[in-house]
Amino acid sequence: MDKIWLVFQREYLVRVRKKSFIVMTILGPLLMALIMIVPVGLMMMSDDTKIIQVLDESGLLAGKFNSTQELKFVSVQGPLERAKQQYLQSEDAALLHIPTINLDKPSGIQLYSQKSASISVITSIEKQLKQELEAIKFERSGIDQKVLDQIKTKVNIQTVSLSDEGEKSSNVGVTSIAGFMGAFLIYLFIFIYGAQIMRGVIEEKTSRILEVMVSSVKPFQLMAGKIMGIAAVGLTQFLLWIVLSSAIYAGVASSFDLKRFSDAQISQTMQGMENEREALQAQEINSVMSGLENLNVPLLVGGFLFYFLGGYLLYGALFGAVGAAVDSETDSQQFMLPITVPLILSFIVAQTIIMKDPNGPVAFWMSMVPFTSPIVMMLRLPFGVPTWELVLSMALLVAGFVATTWLAARIYRVGILMYGKKVNYRELSKWLFYKG
Amino acid sequence: MVPILQIQGVSKRYEAHQALNQVSFNVPPGSIFGLLGPNGAGKTSLIRIITQITGPDEGKVLFEGQPLQPRHVQQIGYLPEERGLYKKMKVGEQLVYLARLRGLEKADAQQKIKAWAERLELTTWLNKNVEDLSKGMQQKVQFIATVLHEPRLLILDEPFSGFDPVNANIIRDEILRLREGGCTIIFSTHRMESVEQMCDYIVLINRSKKVLEGSVKEVKTVYRTNTYCVEGQGKLLITSPDFKVISQKQAGNDFSAEVQLEPNVGSNELLRYLLDRVEIHRFEEKVPSIHDIFVQLVTQPQHG
Repeated sequence: MDKIWLVFQREYLVRVRKKSFIVMTILGPLLMALIMIVPVGLMMMSDDTKIIQVLDESGLLAGKFNSTQELKFVSVQGPLERAKQQYLQSEDAALLHIPTINLDKPSGIQLYSQKSASISVITSIEKQLKQELEAIKFERSGIDQKVLDQIKTKVNIQTVSLSDEGEKSSNVGVTSIAGFMGAFLIYLFIFIYGAQIMRGVIEEKTSRILEVMVSSVKPFQLMAGKIMGIAAVGLTQFLLWIVLSSAIYAGVASSFDLKRFSDAQISQTMQGMENEREALQAQEINSVMSGLENLNVPLLVGGFLFYFLGGYLLYGALFGAVGAAVDSETDSQQFMLPITVPLILSFIVAQTIIMKDPNGPVAFWMSMVPFTSPIVMMLRLPFGVPTWELVLSMALLVAGFVATTWLAARIYRVGILMYGKKVNYRELSKWLFYKG
Repeated sequence: MVPILQIQGVSKRYEAHQALNQVSFNVPPGSIFGLLGPNGAGKTSLIRIITQITGPDEGKVLFEGQPLQPRHVQQIGYLPEERGLYKKMKVGEQLVYLARLRGLEKADAQQKIKAWAERLELTTWLNKNVEDLSKGMQQKVQFIATVLHEPRLLILDEPFSGFDPVNANIIRDEILRLREGGCTIIFSTHRMESVEQMCDYIVLINRSKKVLEGSVKEVKTVYRTNTYCVEGQGKLLITSPDFKVISQKQAGNDFSAEVQLEPNVGSNELLRYLLDRVEIHRFEEKVPSIHDIFVQLVTQPQHG
């Protein structure tokens, strides 16, 4: 135990002190912040108002266009050729030409622009045209716009999960996202830090340190110390990321929130009449919040930690064995494939089958097999999993990582002292049965 | 005196390859013990069994009369032929780490590292990364790592490879000094001249079997051929049936020759025979070198 602890310390300290670790720890949250900030910033940058000249020959739509922050509509006078000339001399964004049109089949409407117009401009104009033309048609056929608004209905199903403990309103969106986030973190962690284990072993092999090491430490102790040390490195990095990015987020959010609030106030006064929509929004937010509240947080966090560590240990041992079996990283491909396939598979399947049917047979079996259960069970957990399934899946995962660790330790023990030998699967299977 | 190490009928198989076949010998305490053999003879397999990296299929290894146990790791220092260090680690930290894995306390280790670094002129390098050191320097660090925990038994596999002659001498002196301090050294090498220079006892392993064992003196006595080198002035002409001339050179009035005595003939008889005929400048028994014995044993056809 003492020696595992010593190995653990070394693996941890050497990695945490590396420049790349420090750089990644600082850059990670900054990148995240960039991902959040850049789109917002870009949106603000493109906020300058575009002026659209409107030449309305039909006489139907004059003055009907609502200018928004993005688009400002200005009427111009025809004929078309002169309007075109004038437009070319102006710096306006586009010229909209509405000829005399048949209301039932409006066609021939054209948008002239010097630079090609963006999709958002076109859709916004199309939407306004459609609305206005429809309004005119309603008026002509004698339907009152108010009556129509009353007829429009928005349906929002409230989902309630019914169990022995009574009913709980649940929100499928929230549950899926909670599960997905957990599964994604597990997936990421296994890949990034599993590969680090493998690289660490290969490095030890190429630097020829292993024979010195194993004369004072059991190979198993060496492997266990390394796997746990790297896990601690990963956890430290995640923790620092969370702390740093929430600090950045808090900073950014507080400066943005003020603006957003004032924006919201303006739009509130502008859209004072649309109370109904607000009520609906409020209802939606409420349902999300209650969805969050109804998530079994202790179970989720507990499950996450268990499957996180279990999955990492299961795969970590295998990554270590692969590192021991090869001489360089380029040789590792053939052995990496069977390790990465179940991981990738469970993640792909997760997004389709399991999200659609979290209690179906595929989901069930994949949450039992230890190689896929960390990701799949994490996805299913928020939807409610019968206790016996959870217990069985956890027991199988424990059995699974004990088995892979045993297997990996045997390959590791032989592999670390083999140099310059191309290894195939047959050779590996022989190693399993070498006597101590 | 109880041998520090007893190898008793040790065999080891890897698949179809027999690495060791019923090897037995004792290592007397306080000696420098040469473990010799051509490449692939089974030396490394045997060393790995002694250092408990692997275990024997058959047979026993006793350390000071007791079966080998994990706690004996602290009494043994091992410098493998394939050796290296963590490149991205500072020299000092690395030495502390390796010493602690061998059971030393941190403060104790640091003190000893300081002393050794001064002896081998490494003090200024303790805070450098290993990758910044020259190969010879790294070898010195490895040597320190091997002896830091003051092992009772030191196993050195090709300890001089990678050293220039000056540093090789420094290391040789350190090895001899450790022996004075009561350490037993098992010395595995292909350089026969250093065996001749340093070893008290040798064992020769060939094709997984022990083929020779004993003190260097005994071995040489066993393999002596009763051949003498003679040099002097005069015309040498040996006609006696007691002596066989193996080679002879005559340059003007000077001669040199190698003469083998027939069994039951003493060297004095040859001397007496020569005294009457020529003037003798040199008369010396031609003792076989360990190198000769090694080559002779390893290249002779296998029996059975």
